[in-house]
Amino acid sequence: MVARPTVSRDEIWAILDDVRDPEVPVLSVVELGIVRAVEFEGDEIVVDITPTYSGCPAMHEIERSVVGALAAHGLTSRIRTVFSPAWTTDWMSDAAREKLRRYGIAPPGQASETALIPLMRRGAAAACPFCGSRETETRSDFGSTACKSLQFCNACHQPFEHFKAI
Amino acid sequence: MDDRTRGDLFEYLLRLGDDRLILGHRVSEWCGHGPILEEDIALANIALDLVGQANLLLQLAGEVEDRGRDQDALAYLRDSVGFRNVLLVETPNGDFGDTIVRQFLFSLHALLVLDQLQRSTHEALAGIAAKAVKETRYHVRHCGEWIVKLGDGTEESHDRVQRSLDRAWRYTGELFECDEIDARLVAQGIAVDPSVARESWDAQLCEVLALATLSAPTETHMQSGGRRGRHTEHLGHLLAEMQIVARSHPGAQW
Repeated sequence: MVARPTVSRDEIWAILDDVRDPEVPVLSVVELGIVRAVEFEGDEIVVDITPTYSGCPAMHEIERSVVGALAAHGLTSRIRTVFSPAWTTDWMSDAAREKLRRYGIAPPGQASETALIPLMRRGAAAACPFCGSRETETRSDFGSTACKSLQFCNACHQPFEHFKAI
Repeated sequence: MDDRTRGDLFEYLLRLGDDRLILGHRVSEWCGHGPILEEDIALANIALDLVGQANLLLQLAGEVEDRGRDQDALAYLRDSVGFRNVLLVETPNGDFGDTIVRQFLFSLHALLVLDQLQRSTHEALAGIAAKAVKETRYHVRHCGEWIVKLGDGTEESHDRVQRSLDRAWRYTGELFECDEIDARLVAQGIAVDPSVARESWDAQLCEVLALATLSAPTETHMQSGGRRGRHTEHLGHLLAEMQIVARSHPGAQW
């Protein structure tokens, strides 16, 4: 028998804040808002996570990393996937956005204001993460992962990735 | 939940899940064959979103049915007559314009339905819809812009995408069909009546076609049957390819 773990919620959140997203390793799964809650159920820790995209292939790796990080501290855990409220890039803190920008990925704009039918409507151009210019254009709506698009800066002539606002 | 509602909900989830599984598989056939690199990536990403949504919906369907079938069993071990997708999504890819038109017609309807389904009284279904609505918005925007580019492009692209629209049109009526299964679930606040999207779908499509200098098709004869398991010959060929590995190696894991 294992007793209820003698670890606080804050300590668990701190451990999880060291788990990097496999596709965007500059951010943790906590900073991305993927980890929603931590609860104790008997001798087990239940970690609620929410997927970024329905088909995001990184979710399995994230689940494995979360369970593995807690196991490295002698903690038994299981993952519970929750869908509501749906993940939004609006949960990303200013500090996390700044980390993304320094990493070379333009952070997402506001997602919550967009209309249901997005026909012919595009938000403000993303600022270039390298030179800050707004003279940028979308080269591809889709990118290397489900969460990013490809942009080009006409000021410094650099291609860059943009974290889609959803 | 009573037995009849459980049965209705299983059927409804198969409809939603199969639409996305079959369309996702179709769109994934473009991988490595896109006309330009950006669209190859776009189509693969759209396919990934659709298969991801199908995975969630069919997993929930399996739980609701409660006979030990998971999403893989439902995807890989049913025959054509067991599938509940609309005929539109099983039509072959054709050229790039055919694929974009099919995607736009489907996604615009899906977006309008999902937006209401977020408020379903079934919590798990509402959660999946809230996730899918964001992805679908992006598909609608992307495909809508392409229809305008192709329609208002060269004479050849205009004529070809107009023919794509004319060919796909006979499969659009089925998107709005509402039968007694839908009606019973709508009455309980679980499902969304597919026909309520009609007015908004017509208006949005009209807006895009005007920008694209395309004409709304006048064909009124509509094909249907997919919701009852009556499919075109194309579905069998698709399933043969999609299911071969799972059926050749039953229970295989990696």
